[in-house]
Amino acid sequence: MSSSVLFDAPGPKARVRNRTYAVLGSAGLLALLGFVIYRLAIKGQLDGAMWDIFNYSGVRNSIANGIVSTLQAFAMAGVLSLLLAVLLAVARLSDHRAVSWVATSVIELFRAVPLLITIYVLWVGFFTSEPLWAVVIGLTLYNGAVQAEVLRAGILAVPRGQSEAAYALGMSKTQVMTTVLIPQAVRSMLPTIVSQLVVTLKDTSLGFVITYEELLYAGRQMANTILVDGENPYVPVVLVFGAIYVAMCLALSALANWIEKRGSRAKTGIKVVEAETATPEMGKAPGGPAA
Amino acid sequence: MNVLLDHLDLFRDGFIGTVSLTATSALLALVLGVLIAGFRVSPVPPLRVFGTLWVTLLRNTPLTLLFLVAFFVLPQIAFPGISSYVLGVLALGFYTSSFVCEAVRSGISTVALGQAEAARSLGMTFVQTLRMIVLPQATRTVLPPLSSIMIALTKNSAIAGAFNNPELFSVQKVLSDKGYNAMVIFVWVALAYLVLVFLISGLFRLLERRMEVAR
Repeated sequence: MSSSVLFDAPGPKARVRNRTYAVLGSAGLLALLGFVIYRLAIKGQLDGAMWDIFNYSGVRNSIANGIVSTLQAFAMAGVLSLLLAVLLAVARLSDHRAVSWVATSVIELFRAVPLLITIYVLWVGFFTSEPLWAVVIGLTLYNGAVQAEVLRAGILAVPRGQSEAAYALGMSKTQVMTTVLIPQAVRSMLPTIVSQLVVTLKDTSLGFVITYEELLYAGRQMANTILVDGENPYVPVVLVFGAIYVAMCLALSALANWIEKRGSRAKTGIKVVEAETATPEMGKAPGGPAA
Repeated sequence: MNVLLDHLDLFRDGFIGTVSLTATSALLALVLGVLIAGFRVSPVPPLRVFGTLWVTLLRNTPLTLLFLVAFFVLPQIAFPGISSYVLGVLALGFYTSSFVCEAVRSGISTVALGQAEAARSLGMTFVQTLRMIVLPQATRTVLPPLSSIMIALTKNSAIAGAFNNPELFSVQKVLSDKGYNAMVIFVWVALAYLVLVFLISGLFRLLERRMEVAR
């Protein structure tokens, strides 16, 4: 490990010290893990009977249904939010003061308000009997606003020469935007866009607050209604559902990283941003929004 | 307008609840995040593995699921009867710490190589190098992503409202259950969040300006 600049290549003494720390650290973690397992075993959460519930076809069906409705909400919200993002980004960059002002306020409003509140208001106010639409429209508004900022940063980061050349060829504003700027912006921002899609996927779980029957809701129902020897199977359910979520999100993140690697290999001259830099509140991507 | 004036104390308590949840979990997230970032660049392999696991797991789990863990699994392991405020802070703080950790780690990698090399050649240990040389200089590049993380935390604290914590989302919930127009309440709650978001980004802009150096 001499590759790090933060510490010297360990000599004999340092190696012994590091090994001591390693043993102590591992022992501490193992002790913590052991304590957790011990406590859970006392509570009976690790009994075979607790885990046996996943052998019932009813339980399996409700997990499968949960996954399907989570993916359904995610797919609809993903597509709609990207469409909204293109619209908002272009509108915000518009030359017409009024159009860009409206787009800016929509973006700022929905980025600032917690998604949970947007979804809840949509549910109470408009879609009381169809929670799916409350979830999808809420996700679309929030993620559309965030993706619009990502896209705008991408459009602004395209070298000026590109649009100047396109105008010199006699292209109209619409043509320049749709055939020159947006394709390059999407290409350079793709890792960030996919990372934000991971956030969209995770946020579908907010649907459980408004009783949309997605994966987390299915889990909550299961944990509350099934009784094994007078105990609710919270731990098995949380572990299984957590694993499903982590697997789905990791698959999408892997896609983002793959796109980034692939993009940086291609010799198109378009710089692809790092997927890792995507924070929960993305929008200050390289190139940065104009002041 | 009437909704706001008639329930001013409810709105005030909700606002204070959101601010206090955010502030406490931000503190927890910052301490944990910097610590775990240190683990991830440390010379001790098990600590590095622990840091990586921590970040990967927490970043890819929905926050709502973490809340379920905090409220239903944690009391089974230890501290039964803990208050919902502490549980909410734990879930929010742990979740946010993984994002803070990544921001700090990428900040560490932007500090010029010569700085750490010089520190090492002066005989500083890893902890000294990180604490006295690298982290202070990384602060400058960490501030902008940290500002977005803190704003996201403010908004995430709304989920704590769905788990028995008085804050702005629960204000919205209580009042719409009482039969007031959801849209009218939404306007006021949204306004409160806008104020908070602008305050936080203003605070960070101030910090950034004070940290700025001419290069």
